[in-house]
Amino acid sequence: MKQPPRSHPLWLAFLLHRLSGLALALFLPVHLWLLSQAVTSPATLDGFLAFAEHPLVKLAEFGLVFLLAVHMGGGLRLLALEFLPWSDRHKTYAAAAIGAALFLSGTFFLRAI
Amino acid sequence: MLDLRLYMAQRLSALVMTPLVLGHIAVMIYAIQGGLSTAEILGRTQGSLLWFLFYGAFVIAVSIHAAIGLRVIAHEWGGLKGRTLDGLMWAVGAGLLALGARAVLAVTLP
Amino acid sequence: MTTTPDTLRVTVQRGTAAALRRETFDVPAYENQTVLDVVTWIQQMADPTLSYRFACRVGMCGSCAMMVNGVPRWTCRTHVKKVAADGELDIAPLRNLPVIKDLAADMDPFFDKWVAAEARLHPSAGRDEAFDPVTSQEPARAEADLGIECINCGICYAACDTVAGNPDYLGPAALQRAWTLLNDSRDADRDGILAAVSGKGGCHNCHSMGSCAQYCPNDLNPMRAIAGLKRETVRAAWGRKRDA
Repeated sequence: MKQPPRSHPLWLAFLLHRLSGLALALFLPVHLWLLSQAVTSPATLDGFLAFAEHPLVKLAEFGLVFLLAVHMGGGLRLLALEFLPWSDRHKTYAAAAIGAALFLSGTFFLRAI
Repeated sequence: MLDLRLYMAQRLSALVMTPLVLGHIAVMIYAIQGGLSTAEILGRTQGSLLWFLFYGAFVIAVSIHAAIGLRVIAHEWGGLKGRTLDGLMWAVGAGLLALGARAVLAVTLP
Repeated sequence: MTTTPDTLRVTVQRGTAAALRRETFDVPAYENQTVLDVVTWIQQMADPTLSYRFACRVGMCGSCAMMVNGVPRWTCRTHVKKVAADGELDIAPLRNLPVIKDLAADMDPFFDKWVAAEARLHPSAGRDEAFDPVTSQEPARAEADLGIECINCGICYAACDTVAGNPDYLGPAALQRAWTLLNDSRDADRDGILAAVSGKGGCHNCHSMGSCAQYCPNDLNPMRAIAGLKRETVRAAWGRKRDA
């Protein structure tokens, strides 16, 4: 049996929220481990920070900031959906969350390069 | 796979993290220009009670939030349930908390 | 201008869960024809052993829902022209439910969850007592009114990916019914309903992906009802903490 088509906006918003959350949760241990090297092994961290100057890594960082921002924006939308009086404009809010995330991560990227 | 208690922990940790994420993104935008170095990071955070509290709260909230979030995904997409699912949730939470505590202490202890 | 083909190519899921198969039938196409008409034609003219379920044929009883080209639909009010412009139909029993035979899904889990959600009236008065008049002006009543046109067809349940991933989840229809009762002044077990929707398979599992509202044939919005349940359960839990 075919699965129901899910091309409606709020389903895509759900998928984006889930995938961004999953990606952030997988990235987080690496992020925290690297930072803990600041004291025990500054050379490791500095070595990585030098590697992070590579343009492709900068692009990946832009992606991470976008994921963080869009997960926060999407999460705020869900909190509003659940705890504020009902609004019929959640498709608009979902789009606004993506727009805001692109703005924040874009600002980061422009400062980074 | 979420009852009321886990749901409230998920939403409360999310609420706590909202200002922290915004602050974190602001710091990243501010700090990234001209590249990063260990010395620069430590210069900003070492010996600072404010950054210790900021990132300490962040680590606690994110450990709770990520553990519950991964629990839901592991159940819905991975088919895990029962003890295995509970074990995964607690392991993720404890692991992130330990890693996070180590990182926060590393960059903020004077 | 689109031309209607003379025949429809209709693929139907057949058999029981132990041995599912797909059979294709050529069905004459008509200018005005619902998907239920097509299924009925197959049973009457091609294969009398085809099992399916329907009753009213006018969108009131909620018994004829099936997966049509992958989408859950009430077949009696779904025109073939609207869903199969190319003359191809793929018909299967409702998703997320066990198959009894052919196009008849077993609705037991769906209605068992209805009961598990306490989605049944808990009377506040006996037959000889006066009951609360229902006035549509009151906000709680207006909220309940949004959900009472549910015909229990199971389309939202079939559309919901949270149900697909989490078999314990009570699902949109049962939770929406619980929400209408929570807002009904004639229901006497508010605490019972809140407890029933707060368990492991309760309203808190909903991810607000909104497929229920997207596919509901009566344009209801179970996602909104479930959000209301989340809010009320949290409010009740905080209240208990303060009172303790």
